[in-house]
Amino acid sequence: MFSYCADPEALEGFTWLACYLTTGKHMSLYVSLGVVLLLLAITAPAALLFGFFGASAARSKLLPLRLLGKGYIAIVRGVPDIAFFLFFVIALDQGIEYLRHKALCPGWNEPIRQGNDFVVCTAAKMPLSTSPQWVHEVYGFSLAVLTFAIVFGAFAANVLFGAMRAVPRAQIETAEAYGMTRRQSFWRILVPQMWVYALPGLSNLWMVLIKATPLLFLLGVEDIVYWSKELGAAKLARYSDYPHGDWRMWYFLGLLVFYLLFTKLSEIVLERITRRLSHGQATTGGEALRKAAT
Amino acid sequence: MSCLQTIQDYALRAVTTDPDWALRALPKSDFTLCQQVTLIGSGLIWNIYFGVLALLAGFFFANALAVAKGAKSLLIRKPAEWFIFIFRGSPLFVQFFFGYFVFLSLKGVSPFFTPFTAAWLGALIVLFCNTAAYSGEIFYGALRSVPRGDVEAADAYGFSGFTRFRRIIWPTALRLAWPAYTNEAIFLFHATTLVFFSGFPAWQQKGDALYYASYFADKTFNPFVPYPILAGFFILLTLCILGIFGLINARLNRHLPQERRAKVKFKPNLMR
Repeated sequence: MFSYCADPEALEGFTWLACYLTTGKHMSLYVSLGVVLLLLAITAPAALLFGFFGASAARSKLLPLRLLGKGYIAIVRGVPDIAFFLFFVIALDQGIEYLRHKALCPGWNEPIRQGNDFVVCTAAKMPLSTSPQWVHEVYGFSLAVLTFAIVFGAFAANVLFGAMRAVPRAQIETAEAYGMTRRQSFWRILVPQMWVYALPGLSNLWMVLIKATPLLFLLGVEDIVYWSKELGAAKLARYSDYPHGDWRMWYFLGLLVFYLLFTKLSEIVLERITRRLSHGQATTGGEALRKAAT
Repeated sequence: MSCLQTIQDYALRAVTTDPDWALRALPKSDFTLCQQVTLIGSGLIWNIYFGVLALLAGFFFANALAVAKGAKSLLIRKPAEWFIFIFRGSPLFVQFFFGYFVFLSLKGVSPFFTPFTAAWLGALIVLFCNTAAYSGEIFYGALRSVPRGDVEAADAYGFSGFTRFRRIIWPTALRLAWPAYTNEAIFLFHATTLVFFSGFPAWQQKGDALYYASYFADKTFNPFVPYPILAGFFILLTLCILGIFGLINARLNRHLPQERRAKVKFKPNLMR
């Protein structure tokens, strides 16, 4: 990385550490920090989308749809999220392979579950065993994103469901009085107004989402936890890539600080957004802003 | 093997100390539904152990933290603020790893720390600090939202200092905080499933409910049986917690007219 790293003999103390912390493997650690940010950037809107559909379903007029929405919210909330992570990664994988198997190998007549094995034809494997490494990694990451979106979608659905109910009833009644249909009043009146009520819950959800990102490790993605564990470990001196003792404590301390900074930063940004959205709203927050101004 | 026999063999498998029991291997093939239910239920003992102890001990520490965070003195307030910030601002999963490796390093210094590297003590300490920080924040908020009128009335009656806190402010704050604290308790029990996936080793295959559920899912490659069993157990556990906390809530609110009582509902708006 640095020019003085070229000669290992000359390195001492701080310069050695600077060189050591910029080796290729450490670069993977820093890249995986980017992976966490990428996961957040994809998952947050996806979870919001799931949440929006969940909340809309939960307040639907059709009973089956309403039960589906409410069941989705209740079940995901009542069970530890990590159990869902472990469950969905296998279940989604098997589901996709099962569907591909049905579509691609119609002539196959052996059962798919043979004892403790899940057997599909080679063409239905996902990803194909011939595909390069990066496809496998992207596939694993996408499964993880989908899992996160399903689990956090349920939490978002609950927040949005509450927010939709918090919009003053008079607003909807006015819309109806103007002759809007149910659909029109939903899209034109309810949805634009619900965000300010949803914001505290969604901010909280964002914090929870940040703090759930290390669980990527359990889903088999080589993330920051994986690299911290890997790089910090003391190996036998003979084979050692890592010329130090057990440093895992320090690597995880680094992770801890990373997350603390990240959550603190989010808190500040969310605080600002709340202030901006409360502006001119008929809520206590908006009222406080108005009083402060006059 | 009949189901009754399975229950006799495995019901306490997760916590057994008997050497013969410890050597009794987990089933390796031909898993029956009964085995899965029994073993996952057996693992649930660990979840309850971690949850109950961390919650009980954390309750007292959380109150101390809440009072300290509201203190005027900078010397008392700052440490409490930092403690709450550190444990609320970072993921529990990373805290478990960090705690485990800290204890592992300390073990190298002194053998006194050997039990700390085992889950039953080490993970319990991490969970205790974690729940204390979250509940401390809840109680701090509640202490600040005690109605002024209550405090003024206490002053008028001649209460002051610690008596005023113990007889008036604290019971009111507890009553206000209780619905949020119930949520915290539920999420704490959910969080206990992380223990055996985060550094802390499961000796002799003695783990918690999720440990066994993932064991079965790995062996059978069929997630559709063990995880729903686990979910069922946790939904039951959640209902028990809601019941117990509801009873306490009823007692805390017993002086209020019926319609002003805050209901304990599972509201994840106040999440961990």
